[in-house]
Amino acid sequence: MHQEVQIPTMEKDYEDIPGTFVFDADRSREGYHLNQFCISLRLQANRDAFNADEKGYLDKYPMSCEQREAVLKREWNRLLELGGNIYYTSKLAANDGINFQNLAGLMTGMGVQAYRDMMLAGGRAIEGNRYKSEWEED
Amino acid sequence: MARITAGVGCSHVPAIGVAMDTGITDQPYWQPVFEGFRKSRVWMKEQNPDVIFMVYNDHCTAFDASCIPTFALGCAAEFQPADEGWGPRPVPVVKNHQKLASHIAQSLVLDEFDITIMNEMEVDHGLTVPLSVMYGDVGPGEEWPALVIPLCVNVVQYPAPTGNRCFQLGKAIRRAIENFDEDLDVMIFGTGGMSHQLQYKRAGLINPEWDMRFLDMVVDDPVAASQIPHVEYLREAGSEGVEMVMWHVMRGALNHEVTEVHRHYHVPASNTAVGHIILENRI
Repeated sequence: MHQEVQIPTMEKDYEDIPGTFVFDADRSREGYHLNQFCISLRLQANRDAFNADEKGYLDKYPMSCEQREAVLKREWNRLLELGGNIYYTSKLAANDGINFQNLAGLMTGMGVQAYRDMMLAGGRAIEGNRYKSEWEED
Repeated sequence: MARITAGVGCSHVPAIGVAMDTGITDQPYWQPVFEGFRKSRVWMKEQNPDVIFMVYNDHCTAFDASCIPTFALGCAAEFQPADEGWGPRPVPVVKNHQKLASHIAQSLVLDEFDITIMNEMEVDHGLTVPLSVMYGDVGPGEEWPALVIPLCVNVVQYPAPTGNRCFQLGKAIRRAIENFDEDLDVMIFGTGGMSHQLQYKRAGLINPEWDMRFLDMVVDDPVAASQIPHVEYLREAGSEGVEMVMWHVMRGALNHEVTEVHRHYHVPASNTAVGHIILENRI
């Protein structure tokens, strides 16, 4: 059984989800060099080179000034705003000894321990977190 | 002839692999996660499949942003566990049934699924964690008990393939396997999920009611499950929850009628709801 194929449009029905970046083609295009830098840190030799000279290493990647600044300052949310994707930026975090859960503690502004406690208590509830209109900010 | 015997749905949370690799599975945090796989490991030993067809996603490991195939089938002789930024997992090299993999590749394209063929590929936690939870500790000097054919699905860059496309692909994979002239028991895994969001201010989202409904639908109403739109996964199950589309490949490869042998659900493993299900074809 085949479903009716929807004709793709320019409309983004996922843009009203609060506190979320959907890594779509537009974000992928914007974040390309940033993400390629991040993924390079998967390999030890590259981690060593980056850690020895961060600015020099970043010169190899033609990212925007804003992206470069966000990398150097480890502004984790700013990296996502500028087209970074979590599976990529987590490589930069891993280089710094920050795992996924601790990175989430930083991105949510909750701090590592409060975030871990929230997860142990069952995580962030869906109620009140479906639509941007349910959030005061964002 | 080769046949599909059963399907396994399974989360592939990297921290589960880390817990096994560092020997902390008995700690109170992890004990309930692994308790739910005890029965599964007994079942795996009894079933002892010749081949596992593993539907998983690569987490920017084998594929960087320069090349993003929607479906990529592993056709290499073997696949090394990758360094994902914290060193490779201490698990065996994954060995392929190369002849079956290349048969499936050929069959799928003629069946109008235009997959990418991977003759070199490293594999990440998305593939090795499900093997670890189902088989238990297997050291790097040993061998996985089954050969493994990897199928990578893009779920990193939106949009992932639709649930319907994944479901139909599962059917095509079954057709290919059942036309392979060797007596083989093949088990299919659909991995990922369940609800989780790893990024930005809504990180930590967990939706157990939605997850349970998804599990029920996958078992009893798989066609309806395959019609769930992407925006529902993103909104209800978190931005990374969309990887559950991969379960539909597994389900599509099974009979319409299945027997649920086992189910396990636990919150949390790191940022994620762990979901696991075993389905046998009802004969």
